[in-house]
Amino acid sequence: MSADLTRQTAATLADMIASGEVSSREVTQAHLDRIAAVDGSVHAFLHVSGELALAQADAVDRAIAAGDGPGAGAGVGAAGAPLSPLAGVPLALKDIVVQRGVPTTAGSKILEGWRPPYDATVTTRLLDAGVVILGKTNLDEFAMGSSTENSAYGPTRNPWDLSRIPGGSGGGSAAALAAFEAPLAIGTDTGGSIRQPAAVTGTVGTKPTYGGVSRYGVIALASSLDQVGPCARTVLDTALLHEVIAGHDPRDSTSIPSPVPSVVQAVRRGQTDGIAGLRVGVVKQLRGEGYQPGVLASFDAAVATLTAAGAEIVEVDCPHFQYALAAYYLILPSECSSNLARFDAMRYGLRVGDNGIASAEEVMSKTRGQGFGAEVKRRIILGTYALSAGYFDAYYGSAQKVRTLIRRDFENAFQSADVLISPSSPVTAFPIGEKVNDPMAMYLNDLATIPGSLAGIPAMSVPSGIATDTGLPVGLQIMGPALGEEQIYRVAAAFESAYLAEHSALVPDRAPELEVVAK
Amino acid sequence: MNTAALLDYDEAIERFDPVLGLEVHVELGTATKMFCPCPTEFGAPPNTQVCPVCLALPGAMPTINRTAVEYAIRIGLALNCTIAPWCQFARKNYFYPDMPKNFQTSQYDDPIASNGYLDVQVDGETVRVEIERAHMEEDTGKSTHVGGATGRIHGAEFSLLDYNRAGVPLVEIVTKPIVGTKASAPQVARAYVTALRDLLKSLDVSDVRMDQGSLRCDANVSLTPAGNPVFGTRTETKNVNSLRSVERAIRYEITRQAAVLLDGGRITQETRHFDEASGTTSSGRSKETAEDYRYFPEPDLVPVAPDADWVEQIRAALPELPWLRRDRLQAEWGFTDLEMRDLVAADAVGLLAATVDAGAPAAAARSWWTSYLGQQANAQGIGLDELAITPAQLAAVIGKVTAGELTTKMAQRVVDGVLAGEGEPDEVIAARGLVVVNDDSALQKAVDEALAAQPAVADKIRSGKVQAAGAIVGAVMKATKGQADAARVRELVLATVGGPEAG
Repeated sequence: MSADLTRQTAATLADMIASGEVSSREVTQAHLDRIAAVDGSVHAFLHVSGELALAQADAVDRAIAAGDGPGAGAGVGAAGAPLSPLAGVPLALKDIVVQRGVPTTAGSKILEGWRPPYDATVTTRLLDAGVVILGKTNLDEFAMGSSTENSAYGPTRNPWDLSRIPGGSGGGSAAALAAFEAPLAIGTDTGGSIRQPAAVTGTVGTKPTYGGVSRYGVIALASSLDQVGPCARTVLDTALLHEVIAGHDPRDSTSIPSPVPSVVQAVRRGQTDGIAGLRVGVVKQLRGEGYQPGVLASFDAAVATLTAAGAEIVEVDCPHFQYALAAYYLILPSECSSNLARFDAMRYGLRVGDNGIASAEEVMSKTRGQGFGAEVKRRIILGTYALSAGYFDAYYGSAQKVRTLIRRDFENAFQSADVLISPSSPVTAFPIGEKVNDPMAMYLNDLATIPGSLAGIPAMSVPSGIATDTGLPVGLQIMGPALGEEQIYRVAAAFESAYLAEHSALVPDRAPELEVVAK
Repeated sequence: MNTAALLDYDEAIERFDPVLGLEVHVELGTATKMFCPCPTEFGAPPNTQVCPVCLALPGAMPTINRTAVEYAIRIGLALNCTIAPWCQFARKNYFYPDMPKNFQTSQYDDPIASNGYLDVQVDGETVRVEIERAHMEEDTGKSTHVGGATGRIHGAEFSLLDYNRAGVPLVEIVTKPIVGTKASAPQVARAYVTALRDLLKSLDVSDVRMDQGSLRCDANVSLTPAGNPVFGTRTETKNVNSLRSVERAIRYEITRQAAVLLDGGRITQETRHFDEASGTTSSGRSKETAEDYRYFPEPDLVPVAPDADWVEQIRAALPELPWLRRDRLQAEWGFTDLEMRDLVAADAVGLLAATVDAGAPAAAARSWWTSYLGQQANAQGIGLDELAITPAQLAAVIGKVTAGELTTKMAQRVVDGVLAGEGEPDEVIAARGLVVVNDDSALQKAVDEALAAQPAVADKIRSGKVQAAGAIVGAVMKATKGQADAARVRELVLATVGGPEAG
């Protein structure tokens, strides 16, 4: 029974729970058991909140048993209100989103042992919707990386091949989905941290329009780029979670005051009505050099699938994308050098060298020196330099100009296409350790995802298939204009349906069985 | 402690032209902080007015306090500034333990208000102080350095941090260089801060308490050889916590810098610390290696774009500004320009208005505040508004003088009692037994005795030298311990000797 429950989609589990076929406790316990069985090898989780999760599950079960309904209960909405579509379904939360009382590290030693005294808006929305939070997932330190190898707590392993990386920074969330440890997960995406892990683990992940989901309570990497998003194994599950977490939040000044997009409806439409007549743009600059042959082959197959589904394929030219990576690696370090200044040993987290004699400045320096990892220090130094007097215009200023040009490239492209597509990642999962000493090679993993981040547009990754050269999953990136979530979900759903019809199983279900070992 | 050589002030001014730049920080009187809903009340127990935002907990994000923006616009309009139709916050990055984020959210390239002026009066002259900008920012927390002699960080054993003040809204008002004021530079600075304080008070945007730090002034001073258009190196003096200190600190810096320059030395660009007790400044942080604040636009906040209608609404709702009020009051009170100027100089306009509002005639109120109470304040080394008497209490005393219940001398004793904390005027009168002797028979007896004691004077009066009556009046007043009405005594004296006036 347990094993079966972990193979289900979130949508199915929600239906089973709402109808009383299974309890949320049973579903939650099944996933906790799965975590206990496989996370010793995968290491997707930094913290498992077993008791807390079961208590949340019980609250949902009580609400259902009370007969209010689909009605109300603790954290399940107001009395009489319909049960949330995901009530009772477990989720893995990236350890950069705070949850009251639950250790939050952002993958860094500098926050070891810190328990936040407050909930992120996303956390509140999840709990209010009756979503059960299983625990906190691993990530590259402060979300800086594309492999989770930068986590201070050791890397996460890709369930498709445990010797390989699961992508990053949200490798923990993606691996938890691919390993069937959770049917839903939350990620954050600054330059590709949702989409690239989704691609290399054969799962689905969406970076919403910048401002579509509140960042309040999400530890900042680069404020003008960071976005929280939903992750799952199917497009519908991703859409269901998207609607739970999206929407305006007065506590995030950059959050958009517009209604939550109807992405679930868009998915149903994509599944039933298809995408005939929709214009799909292939970005000239996001293929070719630097892309693995198996990735390009899978992408071409995806284009063929979309064509067969009735889409009109057009090629679009985005000439300024070639500057995207350079601009990104000026803007991101600049903002993060300032955002990470608060980790100073004064109020929370690690404190090194406080012997009663050392000055505050010495304690700050020692703590930051020992608490931050190499990649974090590299970016703080880069950003500090880029913002220095006399360099600001040349670096940060120029990068912002590039950003404007990239935004215009997208605007032009969306004149001739309803959505744009590209591979999500130029390569499939690479071996752990392969790029760890080559930052430039690591940065190139986000080549395809960074332009969308700089423009603030919505973009998602859905599995396009399995690469013939490596036998590992490949992701298809679908990008839409700002607030164009409904379009990208519609295309993703249509593609997923076509893929299922063609291959009789979705990509996540084609992953090799993990060996169950005691943790 | 301070061994700096000083040049005589007049000589310093003869050789050099002082150039001033004043930066005034005003804590806004909003109920909540600049970027979070924490209360801003002064004096709460440490770290009780804090939340994830103002403690900079990981993940917390700021939101802009609309009332603070409104107050900033109000200040900008009253200072004749241009209000930016679009402006943004920036991050000023530097590490300091009392600043939770290790950057201050401030405004840099795009202040909300710029290019204004404030006209101030100095010795009857109007001096226009030009305003460079007024921008919004947040206050830091407060460090208390424990151990060590000075209360400053050097030599302290440990420091305590209170974040209650962290995130309290501030508006920083920066002048353009104030030039050409010569010897009156210190007075101009004082007059400017005084006028600004009165303005901010009338705008109801702050309680402007310099002693509590809700109004803080940093004074930039440089000297340039007389007639030379190139500015010299400046120092920035902090910890200037009263109007009087503004004047003293600048005067001191002028004499100190002049001595250094005349001695062939050069001025170090630095922050200096004003010591209230000694009236001197001492070297603080050196700014030679100018701190690089790595300003960049605050990405966690959307820009502020006050729409024109809102700005006009705020303009229309501005209260009567202090200088207009002053003109109106002068007309109402019928004072001369000189009388009014003295009142302004004594910082007594508000006190006088309140006294008049409490029922006292303007002339009598003016006389009390500028002479007797002025002397008392001077003697105690405090401001008029710090005296322990309210305008209402003074008005009550003045009322009794007008009604003939107290003589002027007795009224002064009543005021002394109030100042000494003996209670309300009526209580002081009762306790001190200050009652005017109105009984003519008792007075007549005293007059007769005084005339009998000084027959020569009585003769003089009788012969027409009426002014000689003063000696008898004085004797009677002395005999009645000052409780008689001197005018009535004089009448009785003249009537008794039967001089020409009585005839």
